[in-house]
Amino acid sequence: MNLILTEEQGLLQDQVRGLLERRASPESLRQLITDQAPWSPELWQDMAELGLLGAAIPEAHGGVGLGLLELCVIAEELGRTVAPVPFFSSVCMAAEAIKLAGSEAQKAQWLPRLASGEAVATLAWAEGSAVPPTAAGAHGRPALTTRIADGRIRGRKWPVPDAAVAELGVVISGGEGGPELSVVDLSAAGVRRTALDGFDQLRHHADIVFDDAPCERLTGASGDAVVRELFDRLAVLEAFEQVGGTESALYMARDYTLQRFIFGRQLASYQAVKHNLADILVMLELARANAMYAAGAIEEERPDRHRAAATARIGATQAYEKAARENLQLHGGIGFTWEANCHFHYRRARLLALNLGSLEVWSDALIDDVAHADAPQAA
Amino acid sequence: MSTSSEDIKAYRERARAWLAENAAEYAEPREVSEEELVRRSKEWIRKKHDAGYSAIAEPVEAGGAGGTPEQAAAFAKEEARYHTPTFTGVSIGFAMAMEVIRRHGTPEQYRRFGTLTHRGDITWCQLFSEPAAGSDLAALRTRAVKAHSESEGDHWIVNGQKVWSSWAHHADWGILIARSDPTVPKHKGLTFFVVDMRSPGIEVRPIRQITGHSDFNETFLTDVVIPDSNRIGAEGEGWACAMTVLATERNQSRGSDNDARHDSVTSLVRKAAATPRGGGTALDSAAVRARLADWYVREQGLKNFAHRLRATTTAGGPPPATIPLMKLVSATLMQETNAFLMDVDEYEGLFSGAGQDRGEVFYQYLWSAAMRIAGGADEVLRNQLAERALGMPGEMRADKGVPFNELPH
Repeated sequence: MNLILTEEQGLLQDQVRGLLERRASPESLRQLITDQAPWSPELWQDMAELGLLGAAIPEAHGGVGLGLLELCVIAEELGRTVAPVPFFSSVCMAAEAIKLAGSEAQKAQWLPRLASGEAVATLAWAEGSAVPPTAAGAHGRPALTTRIADGRIRGRKWPVPDAAVAELGVVISGGEGGPELSVVDLSAAGVRRTALDGFDQLRHHADIVFDDAPCERLTGASGDAVVRELFDRLAVLEAFEQVGGTESALYMARDYTLQRFIFGRQLASYQAVKHNLADILVMLELARANAMYAAGAIEEERPDRHRAAATARIGATQAYEKAARENLQLHGGIGFTWEANCHFHYRRARLLALNLGSLEVWSDALIDDVAHADAPQAA
Repeated sequence: MSTSSEDIKAYRERARAWLAENAAEYAEPREVSEEELVRRSKEWIRKKHDAGYSAIAEPVEAGGAGGTPEQAAAFAKEEARYHTPTFTGVSIGFAMAMEVIRRHGTPEQYRRFGTLTHRGDITWCQLFSEPAAGSDLAALRTRAVKAHSESEGDHWIVNGQKVWSSWAHHADWGILIARSDPTVPKHKGLTFFVVDMRSPGIEVRPIRQITGHSDFNETFLTDVVIPDSNRIGAEGEGWACAMTVLATERNQSRGSDNDARHDSVTSLVRKAAATPRGGGTALDSAAVRARLADWYVREQGLKNFAHRLRATTTAGGPPPATIPLMKLVSATLMQETNAFLMDVDEYEGLFSGAGQDRGEVFYQYLWSAAMRIAGGADEVLRNQLAERALGMPGEMRADKGVPFNELPH
């Protein structure tokens, strides 16, 4: 397994980074928050034109046909800039769900529209603190109550990311044989979206009530296993997003402490500051290594992919939270101001720590998987 | 000089055949006494030397085989299939002593000590650290005073104390750094020597460690006479020589990190699952799970980081400045996980007996404390990461430009 990026993946990284430097500046993020705008359609359009939205969608369905790792490379760059696009909701969550659970006809129906960016989609999975039984890690949590009957869906889903801008929702509901996945037109009668007042100002969420809304069940696959595969992928994709955010926050702190003088010397010359950032660098390097391994383990369908995905998520969550907090801390009072850029990561790190299930949930899942593993896997 | 891949293949086959004939007794690992290990190590080097397999890439006049680095690597891979005797004093000699003599010594010194070392005649120890000079090695106080006499010619009189010299009681020669001029700033007044460990005035005493064992020594030097011909490099070049040795040491330990075990947390999970607690097991505890998950993530991170490191360096890239994180993380992990092996059995975890021998856990927990200090203390490693990987400023120094004898101590 190759744990370093190929030259082509490096070029993709440069391309995305260049685009985001132009289109997702901190000033543009502040403007979006002021305008209470949920996203940047201009950036979305640029990403569509570069083929980034269909990177991991097969060519037969209008995509570029690259792999999971290419999607990870894009996610990392978006995480670095806290880019205001529904990439994770539409391209990672919804498209990957359709790829895993849809029939060939269903993939042909929806994937081309997601690949082109013409339609935005999202994944409605949570019901407050209820989580799908992705793993034994959902210990003691309430089961999903949303149900499908006669082609109609009934129940309440919250929080749902990017629900206001999404036209389609992939919904995970409870069923006799475990969780089921279906696609719902979010503008149809019987769907009521209410915006939530959320902590992260750059990714809007909604509460959705389905009152016998028409839905189409994904018929390729269903049940615990497919939901687990989906969440493994999402954990790894998001780990890359978190790694990007961690690196951005770490170097923001490094740069600030280098240029700030205090008591006659650079703030960065104090050992308390150096050791703090060295510890974050260690967390970043380990998180990146674990995320790379997990992406490879999923691509190669290795038997240890579930614990590799949980490992990637836990390490990346810890690293991003620490980097976001210490970055603001090391900026001092300036870090607490709207004009400084620390708050973007400070809020986003919290969102990413909880939006796929908390550290508690994933630690449980990881330990259960390790406890039941027959033998350690070789790299 | 380069070697074509065809030649290398043939070379490797010849090496394999030679090893099959000459290393058969080392097919399985064997526990032997220290004295026996030293004897066997020297004997094995001699055997390789006579067959042209010792110091393969070094010149013949320095006791080597005059071959290529490719040949040396090929032989090393073949030899790695056996448990050939490797006394630490041999690797200190082959890697560190030879490197510093080759780079800073005279051609004559390199020929002389290369021949003795590569033929297995002598082994080496390192006389660097002192009671008040560890992380700050350049603070060392062992004095070397220049002298001349009819009988001794130009020579040096050395007085001082060195610590943490591994296996000094079995070594024939030592590499030594001492202060030759205390009136200049501390890095400038140092000079490097090789010293015969059987010289009058050298006394090696074992250090009793917290484990009860004695893996290291302290070495007292009292009016030890070192001929000026055993000075390596110029007067005042000692710090540069020491840096050469330490860089070699770091490169060596990096290789061994790759072989570290990466499944120890999995065994902790099994241990917790097998430990009764209330009506269930210790693994039912959310606090236990959180800690285990944290350690598992760090252990896998180390494994995958090492994997990435190999891929980077194999591709010809420079070794990244993040390498110090490996020991920083693994030493702390070792301390925390071995503490857990006691925690999980509560009070009883502090005692051997009742069918449970916890000696290995006690030993590993004690040893982890040394791991956090040796080869770069945690604090030094964090400085290195901040300065070399993140480009942050070096420490503000109170000793910069100040003559050594004016520094407070």
